[in-house]
Amino acid sequence: MSDPNAATTPVPFRGGGFKPERIRFVGLAVFLALVAIAEWGTRAGWISNLTLPRPSDVLSTFRDLYDTGLLWKHLIPSLTRLAVGSVLGVTIGIGVGVIIGLFSMVRAGLVPLVAALFPIPKIALLPLFVIWFGIDEGSKYALIALGTFTPTVVATYGAVDNVDRTLIRMGQSFGLSWWSIVRKIVLPGALPGILSGLRISLAIGIILLVAAEMLGAQYGIGAYILEAGSLYDLERLFAGVVILSALGVLTSAVIGWVEKRMLAWRI
Amino acid sequence: MQLILDSVSHRYGDVRVLSDVSLTIPEGQIVCIVGPSGCGKSTLLRFLGGLERPGAGKVLQSGPLPDGCLNPLTYVFQDFALLPWRDVTGNISLVLEDHGIKGAKAARIIDDVLIRTKLSDFRNALPKQLSGGMKQRVAIARALAVSPAVMLMDEPLSALDAQTRELLMDDLVSLWTRTPFTAVYVTHNLAEAVRLGHRIVVLSRRPGTIRDVVEIDMPLDQRRAGNPTLEAHQARLWQLMREEAEAADKELSNV
Ligand SMILES: Nc1ncnc2c1ncn2[C@@H]1O[C@H](COP(=O)(O)OP(=O)(O)O)[C@@H](O)[C@H]1O
Ligand SMILES: [Mg+2]
Repeated sequence: MSDPNAATTPVPFRGGGFKPERIRFVGLAVFLALVAIAEWGTRAGWISNLTLPRPSDVLSTFRDLYDTGLLWKHLIPSLTRLAVGSVLGVTIGIGVGVIIGLFSMVRAGLVPLVAALFPIPKIALLPLFVIWFGIDEGSKYALIALGTFTPTVVATYGAVDNVDRTLIRMGQSFGLSWWSIVRKIVLPGALPGILSGLRISLAIGIILLVAAEMLGAQYGIGAYILEAGSLYDLERLFAGVVILSALGVLTSAVIGWVEKRMLAWRI
Repeated sequence: MQLILDSVSHRYGDVRVLSDVSLTIPEGQIVCIVGPSGCGKSTLLRFLGGLERPGAGKVLQSGPLPDGCLNPLTYVFQDFALLPWRDVTGNISLVLEDHGIKGAKAARIIDDVLIRTKLSDFRNALPKQLSGGMKQRVAIARALAVSPAVMLMDEPLSALDAQTRELLMDDLVSLWTRTPFTAVYVTHNLAEAVRLGHRIVVLSRRPGTIRDVVEIDMPLDQRRAGNPTLEAHQARLWQLMREEAEAADKELSNV
């Protein structure tokens, strides 16, 4: 150990990693690089115009869409459907999830039902919804609502199950009412799980929105993409896809912002 | 108010946890319960506070409640049980809100308990910003806020390091000296028991029965670490505990 002739070497470092860090702008850089490659390839000719539309053409299509006012004509019905459907599905889903989490009897009755609903591709039920809720907006709301409902329920009752029981015992030992325990201990404790479930629910909502609009709508991003696709108009197809991606990024960012504001108490 | 356990026995499935425990918690005293781990101390405490019912026997209370008492039987938990999303003030007001105490009246109570637990500078801190000792002070402040008749403390210092434990023991002694309170203090640490207990109840291994009750007359504020009388008490308690702990240890390993 204390042999003075032995060479000293630093202890090899083996720690580090396994810890997500926040690195800004890398995502944007990757995205811009891909767009630049596509632009270069289509201009230089080693990507044929039938394989991929030129990004600058997609941009000008998008500008046309904006200038003619068609953008809002398609976007507003889509956003309304997404908002109405997912607000319905998510609120009912959180409500049912909390009740399943709190009452064993309800859990026994509803969990198998939710498990049976979950794997059904909801879009397969659209004809049924058309009969029940009409060909117009009703069936689309119902489809998006059902699609966001099931993942929200599963995430919510899982989150309620994971609330620290010692906190609930504490509430009871101080004589808090049942309703106070639910409101002040169970719900805030379940919020992290509910919000991460919401990310998945809203993504599913967007997928179903497009599917429903493809199957029967005059206006909407889904209808726009379908029309472009059947004409093999790749610029318009891609313009539509870009709008959907932007919608996905936006919802995810909103949830991230809510998490940052409301879950600052986490370690 | 005093609490009385009248031949309480209990079993979980086939496991007998407590057997014929009778005990009185006199008003104004701290009763320490010591015993090997798994002997039913926490279970006994849950019976005393009405969080669980014993299989046999009775848990009784007698005598008037103290003035302004909101929650007669109040726990202090080993793992603090603070709501991580509420700051120090919010965690204390949590237990006042349900009694309709809000605004200025709540602020007065909160100020008072924060001063008594030396937390006035931390009123807006979240639990994640506090050390273990501070968190337990918040939990003690929360318990004091409801003016309990009996405090039920389940190994309140076991999650803390030795130095913090010493500091908090001093704080508990000065709290008690200023306004004597009634408490049941569960611990497996005999040094804590002889520092804080007016009366120390030694439980046997599972199923827990009372092996001995030791009374220590010395006033709490005169008890110092290294005091010969306390050392003697501690040595005697260790004699009692030792066989039980050894036997309990073997029992657990051949389950
Ligand atoms: N809710 C429960 N269900 C089944 N067994 C339990 C339950 N609570 C405690 N026990 C068992 O009862 C015994 C006593 O537990 P406990 O009162 O926590 O002991 P202590 O606090 O003295 O360490 C232990 O063997 C434990 O496993
Ligand atoms: Mg215990």
